[in-house]
Amino acid sequence: MTVAGQPKLGVFKFASCDGCQLTLLDCEDELLAVTDRVEIADFREASSAVRAGPYDVALVEGSVTTPHDLERIAEIRAQSRVLITIGACATAGGIQALRNFADVDEFRRVVYAHPEYIRTLATSTPIKDHVPVDFELRGCPIDKGQLLEVLSAFLGNRTPNVPTESVCVECKRRGHVCVMVAHGTPCLGPVTQTGCGALCPGFHRGCYGCFGPQDTPNTPALSERLTLLGMAPDQVRRVYRTFNAMAPAFRAAADAAGKEATP
Amino acid sequence: MTESAQVGGRYVLDRADFPAFLDGMRAAGYRVVGPTVRDRAIVYGEVRAVTDLPIGWTDRQEAGQYRLERRSDEALFGYNVGPHSWKKYLFPAHERLWTATTTDGSFEVRPEPDDATPLAFLGVRACELAAIRVQDRVFGLAGDPTYARRRRSVLRVAVECGQAGRTCFCVSMGTGPAVHDEVDLALTEVLEGDRHYFLLHVGSDRGARVLTDVPLRPASPVEEGAAADRVASAAASMGRSLTTTGIRDVLVNQPDHPRWAIVARRCLACTNCTMACPTCFCQSTEEVPDLSGEKVERWRRWDSCFNSQFSAVHGTSVRQSTQSRYRQWLTHKFGTWHDQFGESGCVGCGRCITWCPVGIDVTEEAAALREPARPTVPSASKGTTP
Repeated sequence: MTVAGQPKLGVFKFASCDGCQLTLLDCEDELLAVTDRVEIADFREASSAVRAGPYDVALVEGSVTTPHDLERIAEIRAQSRVLITIGACATAGGIQALRNFADVDEFRRVVYAHPEYIRTLATSTPIKDHVPVDFELRGCPIDKGQLLEVLSAFLGNRTPNVPTESVCVECKRRGHVCVMVAHGTPCLGPVTQTGCGALCPGFHRGCYGCFGPQDTPNTPALSERLTLLGMAPDQVRRVYRTFNAMAPAFRAAADAAGKEATP
Repeated sequence: MTESAQVGGRYVLDRADFPAFLDGMRAAGYRVVGPTVRDRAIVYGEVRAVTDLPIGWTDRQEAGQYRLERRSDEALFGYNVGPHSWKKYLFPAHERLWTATTTDGSFEVRPEPDDATPLAFLGVRACELAAIRVQDRVFGLAGDPTYARRRRSVLRVAVECGQAGRTCFCVSMGTGPAVHDEVDLALTEVLEGDRHYFLLHVGSDRGARVLTDVPLRPASPVEEGAAADRVASAAASMGRSLTTTGIRDVLVNQPDHPRWAIVARRCLACTNCTMACPTCFCQSTEEVPDLSGEKVERWRRWDSCFNSQFSAVHGTSVRQSTQSRYRQWLTHKFGTWHDQFGESGCVGCGRCITWCPVGIDVTEEAAALREPARPTVPSASKGTTP
């Protein structure tokens, strides 16, 4: 659907699972409202009808993991007035950034029958490491409500209202019983940015840190508590090394825990 | 034998007649909310039957730790306070204040409808009555209409504590465990041998009205004494204490005390203390427009002085460090609250101690701040065992 004067939206994928793009399709009722306000010019997950750039806003999912990605992200940036990254891969390198702590050549030899066909970088890196990014939407996957808020803010020419506080804030607002205090369950909520609706603690699980570090993360104090709750240093290291392993605060926390593992 | 209850009267309600008491509140048009067991904690929720109450359960609390445990008896109110407070009903965590729509150039604002059933708060502790009084003053001064509307319709049924928790310090703050506030009804639970009853004090006409069909008899001096003994025993077994003498000046006059840096090494800036606190009232309001640009809602939600964005002025937080946020919270709670509202902002319930994930203890911090400032900051962060 094309209406003259409508902003053009492009949705682009890099190394990722497509879950964040699917969040846009998952908007269902609101999706029609979105398409009333923007022209979806390039969204290959949803439609093979593609219009060339430039774009008023680009949503970029995924991390940079290949030489080709480096060229593509530069091209997309050049074509886009506003570039918004969506999800943990695009903002922190994603789960695939675990390669950054390992030997990629060895992976390539072990996994592929013909490793010589694989052209890959040694690292998985966030989009902002390569091009300027106007806004980063966190999450693995992103939250539908936050995505709509960011699009709405873009359309209204205002700053998105995306809190950078801890998961605990929302956990308490929802009246969840703290899994760490009441059950002794290790939880990353105190150092993790809100946005998921405190999903895991609502189901009696500790937070996995899907939205990356909150704006004032005190990981040393939390790690000390996790240790008191019975986690071995290697376990503490692992809880920080998931979807946001390359987010600086989580990376430093994992490194600090790892050091304790080898006295 | 049922007789009509008089305001100021003291009666005995037998445990067997507790269901009739619940029925009486419902018959008077109240939705009863009170303690229920959920997710291994005692939280406030709807009480439809006496079996919804935490019969035979208690809570064991320490700094950063809460455990639900069985009691050796079948007490209905044999616990202290849990993670919830009554503020969740009077000052909801998420609340839509109004909705505005625009069509054909006109602009219409619709306030939220007021169709809520009046609530009966069953099991309000003395410290919690004090907390409601503190928030009455805060929201009253602010002229908050939604708070006032909800607050006016609430029936407050207090229950005095027969035991103290390990993080309780209401005696220090002068708020409990005996109920001295004006209240609609006050209960004290007594279990003695085979007897299980409640001493019931009627504090208001509203309270008397729910008792019309509830079997009661006048309390004997022996029964009144048994109830008083229970409360005295709770008062004598406080898990924590805090010296309040001159506390305002201790906090306000020592912004550079090295203790602030020490506690900041432990503080997660996670907001749990402020969210669990029954008097913390910080909030943010925001407009939420829809994608069409034709409708906008104004929402109010709990916020916290531990969030950097809460103190953002022109886009930048004026309290960047956790140290400055912790200092702001403690200094306000125990110090400048006096300047602002003429009383302390702390009621001694101990929630901030129990529900801090790393077990920071305000009574310990307040005591440390009374110590002379030493020039050096210890290098190791301080931890407590769970």
